[in-house]
Amino acid sequence: MAIVQTEDLGRMYQMGEATVHALSNVSITIGQGEYVAIMGPSGSGKSTLLNLLGCLDQPTTGRYLLGGQDVSRLDDRRLSAVRGRRIGFIFQSYNLIAQLNIIENIEVPMIYQGVPEAESHDRARELAHQVGLGSRITHRPAELSGGQQQRVAIARALANDPLILLGDEPTGNLDSQSGAEILDTLDALHRQGKTLILVTHDEHIGRRAQRVFHMFDGRIDRIETNGH
Amino acid sequence: MLLRLRRTVKLGAKSLWLHRLRSTLTALGIVFGVASVIAMLAIGEGASREAREQIARLGARNIILRTIKPADERTATANTDSVQAYGLTYADAQRIRHTIPDVVEVVPQRLMTFQTWYRNRAATVQLVGTVPWHTDVHPVSLTRGRFLTPVDMDYQQKVAIIDKPLAEHLFAVDDPIGTDIKVSDKYYRVVGLATAVGRAATAGPAGPGAGDARGSEGGTIAGNVYIPLTAFRKSFGEVTVQYAGGARLAEKVELQEITVKVASTDVVLPTRDILDTLLGRFHEKKDFQVVVPLELLREAARTKRIFNIVLGSIAAISLLVGGMGIMNIMLATVSERTREIGIRRALGATRRDIVFQFLSETLLLTLTGGLFGIVVGLVLPLIVSHVGQMPTVTTGSSIVLAFGISAAVGITFGMYPAWQAATMDPIESLRRE
Repeated sequence: MAIVQTEDLGRMYQMGEATVHALSNVSITIGQGEYVAIMGPSGSGKSTLLNLLGCLDQPTTGRYLLGGQDVSRLDDRRLSAVRGRRIGFIFQSYNLIAQLNIIENIEVPMIYQGVPEAESHDRARELAHQVGLGSRITHRPAELSGGQQQRVAIARALANDPLILLGDEPTGNLDSQSGAEILDTLDALHRQGKTLILVTHDEHIGRRAQRVFHMFDGRIDRIETNGH
Repeated sequence: MLLRLRRTVKLGAKSLWLHRLRSTLTALGIVFGVASVIAMLAIGEGASREAREQIARLGARNIILRTIKPADERTATANTDSVQAYGLTYADAQRIRHTIPDVVEVVPQRLMTFQTWYRNRAATVQLVGTVPWHTDVHPVSLTRGRFLTPVDMDYQQKVAIIDKPLAEHLFAVDDPIGTDIKVSDKYYRVVGLATAVGRAATAGPAGPGAGDARGSEGGTIAGNVYIPLTAFRKSFGEVTVQYAGGARLAEKVELQEITVKVASTDVVLPTRDILDTLLGRFHEKKDFQVVVPLELLREAARTKRIFNIVLGSIAAISLLVGGMGIMNIMLATVSERTREIGIRRALGATRRDIVFQFLSETLLLTLTGGLFGIVVGLVLPLIVSHVGQMPTVTTGSSIVLAFGISAAVGITFGMYPAWQAATMDPIESLRRE
């Protein structure tokens, strides 16, 4: 079953007089439980595609169906709800909220979906255990290593049990060992049936993913399928 | 929704707590703004209420006529031997009673300041020569004994009613009733005790009595002594003599004051005009003055309104300044937390969630500031009352008003920063370091 389906997705920006086609005619389909990497040089439209897939931005042309629902023309309130419920973000620089402790950070997406406090607290604890941070739940992000922070971010991305996990260079800020550990965690999530879409420069990720979309000049240049 | 709101408020409180010093300093603006609104209104209300009470004591249905010394006469008669006569007369009192229909009561009064003795204790008193129906017009009530009677008037009885402050001053242990007190060189028997009257109700030393208050031998007035008007006339006459630089200054004044009570407050002002015309015909020199307490009351109300507007604007400005301080800090906070806003948006926060988050912080600041402001605003008037000997009245409505204003300030000045936070592009916000 297709979780992500785009039809002729395009995004234009008006830069003064000039119109920049950051993305044009992108039609991709990603199935349930797939592990996909999006690769390409800077300015190839990877980030634009990621922002569209993450419902942080809306396409100028084309359609985007997420879990069968057209999310390409929604108002702010609905779009925010889609982000909160169906998408789990993992950022390059972790993007944890500095003044909140681990548990509170994991709870953030649940707050916005109206999960009762006791329930969200228990779930956050459980997720922290799941990513191997059960003993440090009251620490602040600054007290953790980069790899540990990224684990918190992964736990947070899983909080509302989203349809897809979107990663933007999840290992970009990490040393190779921590990076490998994070990739192992992501592999484990994939084995549990999660759908993963990662934007990366990292060849290691490219090799772990089932399919790699190579982008160039705002288009999907070629699709590489790894034989796992 | 309610659940989300509750957690948002909790979040706001937490983030304020994280920046305790900043939050405290920001809220101080509101604390002082609210405190000043309440304190200023309390001081203003206290002052005006005191004025109104003083005026009300004069009686809203009363018109007070007072003898004043015509200014230009003093030098003209300085070296003559003749007696200078001026002021209100018994004939005036008669005329007023018989010619003006709306007049209910006329109380003619003779006022002078004298030394009074009981045994070896002395006091300066205001001697009031008056009529039995004095108590119908003036707010004097009898606590013991009796007031003046028509018989006292007819037989010029040397009886006196003294008020409470004087009784306490002259009679330490003895019962005043039935004893004789010496007023100047005459003896009067005390037959009644009356309540004290504020200075505004009697003529007072600065009033019309001052013109011939020859008896004043220094010292503050300890109280009032009421005696029959007829007895006053017999005992002390109407001519007072002063020796100034070898010249002999004699003055003849029949009455210091005539209080006219009319049927209702509606006819106070027309009657005032009639009185002016009536008396003006018999007094070529302007030797009397008309005081209308009702007019004073209205004037006091006007003054109060102006006073309130001035105080209100000062307080409003201070609240405005406090509010701008808050807006400033909130704008700084928003720009400092741009990234956090981006993260929250990516994790499912709607624009409204972000507005509530920042608005709740501003509201928490202003409302706690407002609460502390109320406390300070309640204490401040007490200190003013205690130190400045000024009456203050804190009304419930001023508290509600001040708190309401602080909430309004919070919403007004919190709205813009919150709106700015909410409308930021999440992608841009996430990119910000």
